[in-house]
Amino acid sequence: MAAAAELTLLEKSLGLSKGNKYSAQGERQIPVLQTNNGPSLTGLTTIAAHLVKQANKEYLLGSTAEEKAIVQQWLEYRVTRVDGHSNKDDIRTLLKDLNSYLEDKVYLTGYNFTLADILLYYGLHRFIVDLTVQEKEKYLNVSRWFCHIQHYPGIRQHLSIVVFIKNRLYTNAH
Amino acid sequence: MRLFVSEGAPGSLPVLAAAGRAQGRAELLISTVGPEECVVPFLTRPKVPVLQLDSGNYLFSTSAICRYFFLLSGWEQDDLTNQWLEWEATELQPALSAALYYLVVQGKKGEDVLGPVRRALTHIDQSLSRRSCPFLAGETESLADVVLWGALYPLLQDPAYLPEELGALHSWFQTLSSQEPCQRAAETVLKQQGVLALRPYLQKQPQPGSFEGRAVSNEPEEEELATLSEEEIAMAVTAWEKGLESLPPLRPQQNPVLPVAGERNVLITSALPYVNNVPHLGNIIGCVLSADVFARYSRLRQWNTLYLCGTDEYGTATETKAMEEGLTPQEICDKYHAIHANIYRWFNISFDIFGRTTTPQQTKITQDIFQRLLTRGFVLEDTVEQLRCERCARFLADRFVEGVCPFCGYEEARGDQCDKCGKLINAIELKKPQCKVCRSCPVVKSSRHLFLDLPKLEKRLEEWLGKTLPGSDWTPNARFIIRSWLRDGLKPRCITRDLKWGTPVPLEGFEDKVFYVWFDATIGYLSITANYTDQWERWWKNPEQVNLYQFMAKDNVPFHGLVFPCSALGAEDNYTLVSHLIATEYLNYEDGKFSKSRGVGVFGDMAQDTGIPADIWRFYLLYIRPEGQDSAFSWTDMLLKNNSELLNNLGNFINRAGMFVSKFFGGYVPEMVLTSDDRRLVAHVTLELQHYHQLLEKVRIREALRSILTISRHGNQYIQVNEPWKRIKGSEADRQRAGTVTGLAVNIAALLSVMLQPYMPTVSATIQAQLQLPLPACSILITNFLCTLPAGHQIGTVSPLFQKLENDQIESLRQRFGGGQARVPPMPAVVEAAATAAPQQVQVLMDEVTRQGNIVRELKAQKADKNQVAAEVAKLLDLKKQLALAEGKPLETPKGKKKK
Repeated sequence: MAAAAELTLLEKSLGLSKGNKYSAQGERQIPVLQTNNGPSLTGLTTIAAHLVKQANKEYLLGSTAEEKAIVQQWLEYRVTRVDGHSNKDDIRTLLKDLNSYLEDKVYLTGYNFTLADILLYYGLHRFIVDLTVQEKEKYLNVSRWFCHIQHYPGIRQHLSIVVFIKNRLYTNAH
Repeated sequence: MRLFVSEGAPGSLPVLAAAGRAQGRAELLISTVGPEECVVPFLTRPKVPVLQLDSGNYLFSTSAICRYFFLLSGWEQDDLTNQWLEWEATELQPALSAALYYLVVQGKKGEDVLGPVRRALTHIDQSLSRRSCPFLAGETESLADVVLWGALYPLLQDPAYLPEELGALHSWFQTLSSQEPCQRAAETVLKQQGVLALRPYLQKQPQPGSFEGRAVSNEPEEEELATLSEEEIAMAVTAWEKGLESLPPLRPQQNPVLPVAGERNVLITSALPYVNNVPHLGNIIGCVLSADVFARYSRLRQWNTLYLCGTDEYGTATETKAMEEGLTPQEICDKYHAIHANIYRWFNISFDIFGRTTTPQQTKITQDIFQRLLTRGFVLEDTVEQLRCERCARFLADRFVEGVCPFCGYEEARGDQCDKCGKLINAIELKKPQCKVCRSCPVVKSSRHLFLDLPKLEKRLEEWLGKTLPGSDWTPNARFIIRSWLRDGLKPRCITRDLKWGTPVPLEGFEDKVFYVWFDATIGYLSITANYTDQWERWWKNPEQVNLYQFMAKDNVPFHGLVFPCSALGAEDNYTLVSHLIATEYLNYEDGKFSKSRGVGVFGDMAQDTGIPADIWRFYLLYIRPEGQDSAFSWTDMLLKNNSELLNNLGNFINRAGMFVSKFFGGYVPEMVLTSDDRRLVAHVTLELQHYHQLLEKVRIREALRSILTISRHGNQYIQVNEPWKRIKGSEADRQRAGTVTGLAVNIAALLSVMLQPYMPTVSATIQAQLQLPLPACSILITNFLCTLPAGHQIGTVSPLFQKLENDQIESLRQRFGGGQARVPPMPAVVEAAATAAPQQVQVLMDEVTRQGNIVRELKAQKADKNQVAAEVAKLLDLKKQLALAEGKPLETPKGKKKK
């Protein structure tokens, strides 16, 4: 998904009515937003955080210092690790790490839904749709989290729904 | 919270600078881990720096850690900062890692290094000049500046990589670099070695990925070898072929050791341990062991070396101890001096002299320095109010008085501090004071004392420091401590005490007083030398010919770097002053401090009872030497390092090399016909050997040990790839190849035995005996890798060098010596339950988790009452826990409790 399209999705899920226009910069097609009241903003997570503030939903950036830092950490993870030109091995490591991270968490920050969940969901979508049933079971916590976010009101929009089977098929495999 | 860093990890720079700015917001513990250690339990690849928060969460992104520190100090996030940080992570870092890798690991220079980052540097420069702001996100320095400065510092601190035409970048960089938190971070991380300080870390990292779409190489080893030029290889091979011939003649042993004109004369002192206690591991690594490594290295280099130490015996503490044990102070000193001497002997410390301070020479030299200071007007006299016990007829030192605390009314407050409220007390303010010895009430009397006029000597001291410090190997912490003392201004220091056990003061009216220990303890080095040779002045009044290295923990820096130099400069007698002051940080025990009174920690005399050989202790203590940062002794880690580094890496390589010679070649080193691969290996080992020398010359003891392990790792790979055990059964050519590989490997083993000598003298001697290494090669280490075991050389009997440490052995030692984290054994009951849990039961639980999960989601979606949601979430977590148990997964204890 191109960054501009993703930001348009985000705008809708945040309930922002007026759509912004985005241009793209360089070979990696980094999104640029021309704001009315200042210089332009460059970069996916930078613009996303800006939109959240525009929608008066600052709580999505975290409420304590700790939460704020964690949100930004996962946003950085999104643009450096998930968006990196990843090969299959990288993706496997990434899913394995996320799976063990999410073992005791409902959301990336723990108990609160934040921008990090939204952007990581958008970023991972293209990989998760391709997972086999067995892989989805292997990354059980990622699956649970992903399934939860795609059902979160207003987030998924036109993205395809990923089906997870509730009963485990491969009970011996972990 | 706890910050995990690794030696030479570039991420430490911004993080320490940001932490410095947010100082005091929260208590920050710093732990140093190896570059390949996985700190974050959920990340597969090792990552440092990492901040573990008190909640148990981990921040593993450098920018996020810095952001957190800034948020703690009240900073608010803004778009522009976010933009810089995103740019740093996505654009700058890939370019920068490539540049640093080329520079540090591959040894490239100039445009090869600058090329990848030029565009990014130009971008920063243009942004700064376009906005005409001094800083990246506005008028004041902020998060973006610290993060980018930290990322760029290792490269840009070398002016060669800071292009002059980028003026705005230039001045931005200089401004930040001159700020205190940044300066401190830079000193801690780069240790004044410049970008090379990153080498131990970057070397362990995979080569940065396809920057600018270049293909990723999976073989950094190949790449690294390729960077050696043909000339370098040819030079290394020529040196190798010369073999034993190129060794200089062995220095004859002299007794006593005295400086020789025209030679490098190295005088090494280790801080004098205080006599009334048994030293713990921290004391041992802090001075005597560190100094020992350097002394042994210095002798291997054939430098004229004298290494001395001794016990510091005068003072109140000895008097107190004597009273406790019902002995005279002299008897206490005799008893503990012997204990110290025995411990150091067991640890194989190679003192030339291990003396003591209670000698007539001490009195003579101390009084002489004092008289010279007195006649030159550097001694002041003043009156001090003190408690005096009339019955015992003496003034009471602070610890000889007890009474009621003037602040909280605690009955048993000591003369210096109240144990209950912790406030510092001036002894004369105590209510109802009592003499601790006879219980009678002391009276306040004034007592005359002598002071060293440090303010008057300050200018001379600064002149001397100005000449000495640049280019010397003073450790950064020592420089920092001295600088901060000078910044606060020196004050007169009292040099006398109302005690009996000390050096008498040779002045009328002071007959019943002695010198305060910190005035005369450092003079102990001189008197100990004087007891060794009557020509001691050739060492101590000979600054032109003698290089003085002094080893100590950082608490001792002011006395060695400031007070003694002031006394010596004031005495105007051409004393030899410290050229290189080497101070360590502190070593902790597990997660706390060593404590004699609580029986926590390993003390020198107990180490021998553990059954673990002295050399293993030496190795581990040196491996974790608190160089640049505090570090911690950990039993588990000791087991790990013994089993992985010593047994599997070093021991395995040396043993295999020797075994191949005995098994396949009847104990005679085979003919070697070097191929181009072998020639490159020779060059590569030579390079690492030279790196080892560079580090030890700068007294980077801990890092130099890594070079030894790197060489043996190369050796293991070399054997693994060439498989001599297979080739020996093959064709004639194969057999010759097996011979070359074995011969080269056993020569690397011989080199390692010498490099290891400063660290593990007994193991080194064992290897040399097994290989029958010719004598001069055992005692001399030059900067080239030589063929010291030529074809036809007969080796001795080879046997394994190290023993595996077992878990239960270590666990029982941990229990015996106490430790903050005596871990609960891993719950056998749970494992059993898991093994018997029926699949149906697991299924039931799983369904319940799914159902409960749905409930929680629904509630949240409806924006239900927070408490209600929290209650349902708690249920969900509980169910998941049960499920995990039933599935036999390890139970995740709350992550915050898991400490390194």
